[in-house]
Amino acid sequence: MATFLGIDYPTLWFLVVGALFSGYAILDGFDMGAGALHLFFKKEESRRIALNAIGPVWGGNEVWLVIGGGALFAGFPVLYGAMFSGMYIPFMLFLASLIFRAISIEFRSKEKMKWWRNAWDISYNISSILMALLLGVVVGNVLWGVELGPNHEFQGHWLDFLNPYALLVGLTTVALFMMHGAIYLAMKTEGKLFIKVNKLLNRSIIFFVVTYSIVTIVTLIYLPHLTDRMVENIALLGVPLLAFLSIANVPRLVSKGKYVLAFIFSALTMSFLLILVALELYPVMVMSTVDPIYDITVYNAASSENALRIMLIITAIGGPLVLMYTVFVYRTFWGKVEIDETSY
Amino acid sequence: MDVEILSRLQFAFTISFHYIYPPLSIGIGLMMVLMEGMYMRTKDKQYEQLARFWTKIFAITFGLGVATGIVMEFEFGTNWAAYSRYVGDVFGSALAAEGIFAFALESGFLGVLLFGWNRVKPIVHFIATIGVWLGSMFSAVWIVVANSWQQTPAGFTIVGEGLSARAEITDFWAMVFNPSSVDRVLHVWIGALIAGAFLVMSVHAWYLLKGRYTVISKKAFKIALSVAAIMSILQLVTGHSSASGVAENQPAKLATFEGHYNSSDQADLYLFGWVDHENQKVYGPYVPGGLSFLIHNDFNTEVKGLNDFPEDEIPDAINAVFQFYHLMVAFGVYFIGLTLLGVFLWWRGKLFDHRWLLWVFVFSVILPQLANQFGWFSAEMGRQPWVVYGLLRTADALSVVVTANQVVFSLIMFTLIYALLFVLFLYMLNKKIQAGPYDESKIDNSPIQEGMVDFYK
Ligand code: HDD
Ligand code: HEM
Ligand code: HEM
Repeated sequence: MATFLGIDYPTLWFLVVGALFSGYAILDGFDMGAGALHLFFKKEESRRIALNAIGPVWGGNEVWLVIGGGALFAGFPVLYGAMFSGMYIPFMLFLASLIFRAISIEFRSKEKMKWWRNAWDISYNISSILMALLLGVVVGNVLWGVELGPNHEFQGHWLDFLNPYALLVGLTTVALFMMHGAIYLAMKTEGKLFIKVNKLLNRSIIFFVVTYSIVTIVTLIYLPHLTDRMVENIALLGVPLLAFLSIANVPRLVSKGKYVLAFIFSALTMSFLLILVALELYPVMVMSTVDPIYDITVYNAASSENALRIMLIITAIGGPLVLMYTVFVYRTFWGKVEIDETSY
Repeated sequence: MDVEILSRLQFAFTISFHYIYPPLSIGIGLMMVLMEGMYMRTKDKQYEQLARFWTKIFAITFGLGVATGIVMEFEFGTNWAAYSRYVGDVFGSALAAEGIFAFALESGFLGVLLFGWNRVKPIVHFIATIGVWLGSMFSAVWIVVANSWQQTPAGFTIVGEGLSARAEITDFWAMVFNPSSVDRVLHVWIGALIAGAFLVMSVHAWYLLKGRYTVISKKAFKIALSVAAIMSILQLVTGHSSASGVAENQPAKLATFEGHYNSSDQADLYLFGWVDHENQKVYGPYVPGGLSFLIHNDFNTEVKGLNDFPEDEIPDAINAVFQFYHLMVAFGVYFIGLTLLGVFLWWRGKLFDHRWLLWVFVFSVILPQLANQFGWFSAEMGRQPWVVYGLLRTADALSVVVTANQVVFSLIMFTLIYALLFVLFLYMLNKKIQAGPYDESKIDNSPIQEGMVDFYK
C-alpha cells in the first residue's frame, strides 16, 4: 500500500476529514454557542450586537461543514451512504435546523416589528441548540456503536439514535459550544453587554464541566472498549490528560480576562476531545454492535488509492489558499462589533 | 408510493428549488463586477450606488443558494446511498475540489463583499467582488462536471460485482474533461449570466416606467442589455454543440428530445408539437430532415430512433422531455430576438422610448428561470432510466434502509420549509426593489455602540 511520510492514504484522508470536522466544531461551534445563548440577551441592542458578532463569519464557518461533508463523501463513500441513510431522520432535522438558523440571522433585522424580531430570535436560538445537540448525538452514537449489519447497512430503528448515552453526549456538546460561544462574545463586546456575557460565560463553564464529568464517568463504566487501548498503551493517556488540562485552563484564563487565550484553549479542548474519540476507535470509524466484521473501518470504507492520491493533491494545493482567506477575513473584522448600515 | 418515486420526487423538487438561486447569484455576480469596475474606472458615484444596491440583492439569492445547496450535498448520502457508494470514488474528487476551491473562495470573500464597504480600500473590495463571482463560477464547474460524468462516464473502471461494484477513477483529467463537460459547463454558465442580466433589466425597466432613479437605471439597463445580448447569441452556439454531443453519446436521449421513433434517413426537426407515444407520432410543424442537418450537416443522414433501443433503456416521460426541451429552445430564440431589438433601438437612440417594450423586459425575467429549469429537466429526465448512463439504473441507486414513511416525512418537511423560504425570498426581493438604490449621503453610518446610543428603548 502506498504511503506518504509512512502513513497510508486512507489514514491520511481520515486525518484530513478529522481536521475539517475539528475546524468546523471550533468555528461554527462558537456560532452555535452564541445562538444558544441568544435569548438570554433581553435588550434589542444587545441582541443585535450579539448577532453581528458572528455576522461576517458564520457563513464562512459553515463552509467547513460543506467541505467536511464533501471530503467524507469523497474519501469514505461507504461510510457516507451507510451513516446518512441510517440516520435519515436526525440528518433531516439537522438540515432543517441549519436552514432555520441561516434564515433567522438573515431576516430578523430586516423588519422593525417586535413580533417579527422575537420570532426569528427564538427560531435562531432553537435551531442553534438543535444543531449542537444533533452533532453531539452523532458523536455519541459513534462512541456507543451502531447496529450495522451485512454490507454495513444499518438494521435498527431510527429512534435508536436517540439513546440516553447519545443524548447525554449531545447535551455536553451544547454546553461546550455555549462556553465557546460566550468566550467569543466576550472578545467582541464591551460595556454592560460585556458584563452580562461574562456572567453567562461563568455559568456555561459550570454547565460544561458538570456534563463532561458525567459523560466521562458513564463512558468509563459502560463503554470499556473505549478505554482498552489507553490501558494497553499508557503513552496514549497523554491525550485525555491534555484535554483535561486545557479544560481546566479555560476558567483560569477567563478569570484573568485573557479571552483570546481562553478561546484558543477552548478550541484546543475540542480538538483534543475529537482526537481522543478517533484514537479510541481507529482504524474503526463506526463500530457495529452486531458483529465486528460489519465495523466500518478506515480501510473497508475508503475510496481507491488513486482517488485518495488525487484528493490529497487537491487538498495540498487548496488548503493553504483557504487558510489565507480565512485569516484575511478575520483580520478585516477584528475587534469589537460596530453596527453600520451594512449590518444585520 | 414507493421509495424510488418518492426519492426522485424529493431530489427533483429540492434541486429545482436550489437552482432558482445559483443562476441568479452567478449572473448578478457578473453585474456587480461590471458595475463596480465601471466605478473604479470612471469614479462616477452612481456606479458605486448600483453596485451596492445589487450587492444587497445578491446577498439574498446567495444566502438561499447556500441554505438549499447543503441539502443537496447531504441528500446523496441520505437518499442515494447505493449511488454514493458507486460513484463516490470518481465523483468525490470533483465535490472535494468544489468545496476547497470554489465554496471556500466564495464565502471567504463574501464577508468582505457584504460588510466591507466602509472598512477596506475600494480596490480590496473590488477584488473581493471578483473573488465571490469567480467562486460562484467555479462551483458551477465542479458540480456540472460531476453531473456530466454521470451523463457520459469517462476515465474510470468498474471494480467488484453485484452490490459491491463501484466505479474507480483511473484518469482524473479524463473524468474532468469527459465528453459532455465542456459543452455543458459553458451552457450552464451562460444560462446563469442570462438569468442575472434579465433580472437587472427587469428591475431597472420597472424603475424607468415608474419614473424613479431614471439616470442610474439607464446606465444599469445598458450594462445588462449588453451582457444579455451577447450571451443569448452564445447560448445558441453552446446549445447546438451540446445537442451534437448528445446525439453522439446519448442517442436515446436525443431521440427523446425530438420524439424520433423510427430511424430514418431523414430525421425531422419539430418547432413545437405533441408526442403521441401509443402511435409513435409527433403532431406539429416541422422542418423535414432538419434534425439530420443539425447533427450531420446533411438533410439525408440517418439518426437513430427510439425503437432502436431496448424497451427498458429509454426514458419513461417522452412527451414531457420533448416539451421541456422545445420550450427551452423557444425561449432561447426569444431572448435573441428581444435583446437584438433592444440593441437596435439603443443604436437608434430610442431604447427607452417605448413603454410597452420596457414592460416586456419587466416580465421577461421569469423566462430565463424557466429555460434553466426546463434545460435541466430535459437533460435529467432524458437520462432515465439510468442514474449513471449505461452503468447504473436509478432503481438500484437508492438507500436500501430508508423507508417510504421517512421520505414522506422529509418531503413534507422540505415542502413546508421551502414554501416559507420562497415567500420570504419574494418578500425581501420586493422590499429591496421598492426601497431602491438609495443615496448614501442621507444615511447616518456612524457606528452604534451599546451605552452610547439606544435606539429601541
Ligand atoms: C452531480 C449531480 C447532479 C447535478 C449537478 C444535478 N443533478 Fe439532477 N439528478 C441527479 C444528479 C444531479 C441524480 C442524483 O443522479 C438524480 C436523482 C435520481 C436520478 O435519476 O438522477 C437526479 C434527478 C433529477 C431529476 C428527476 C429526474 C427523474 O427522476 O425523472 C430532476 C428533475 C433533476 N435531477 C433536475 C436537476 C436540476 C434542475 C439540476 C440543476 C441544478 C440538476 N438536476 C443537477
Ligand atoms: C446536486 C447538485 C448540487 C449539489 C450537491 C450542490 C451543493 C451545494 C452546496 C453544498 C452549496 C452551499 C455551499 C456554501 O456553503 O457556500 C451550494 C451552493 C451553490 N451552488 Fe449548488 N449544488 C448542486 C447543484 C448546483 C448547480 C447545478 C449549480 C450551478 C450551475 C450550483 C451552483 C451553486 C452556487 C453558485 C452556490 C453558491 C450559492 C449561490 O451562489 O447561490 N449548484 N451548492
Ligand atoms: C437557444 C437554443 C438552445 C439550444 C439548442 C439548447 C440545447 C440544449 C441541449 C441539447 C441540452 C441538453 C444537454 C445534455 O443533456 O447533455 C440543454 C440543456 C440545458 N439548457 Fe439549453 N439550449 C438552448 C437554450 C437555452 C437557454 C436560453 C437556457 C437558459 C437561459 C438554457 C439552459 C439549459 C440548461 C440549464 C440545461 C441543463 C444543463 C445541461 O445539460 O447543459 N438553454 N440545452
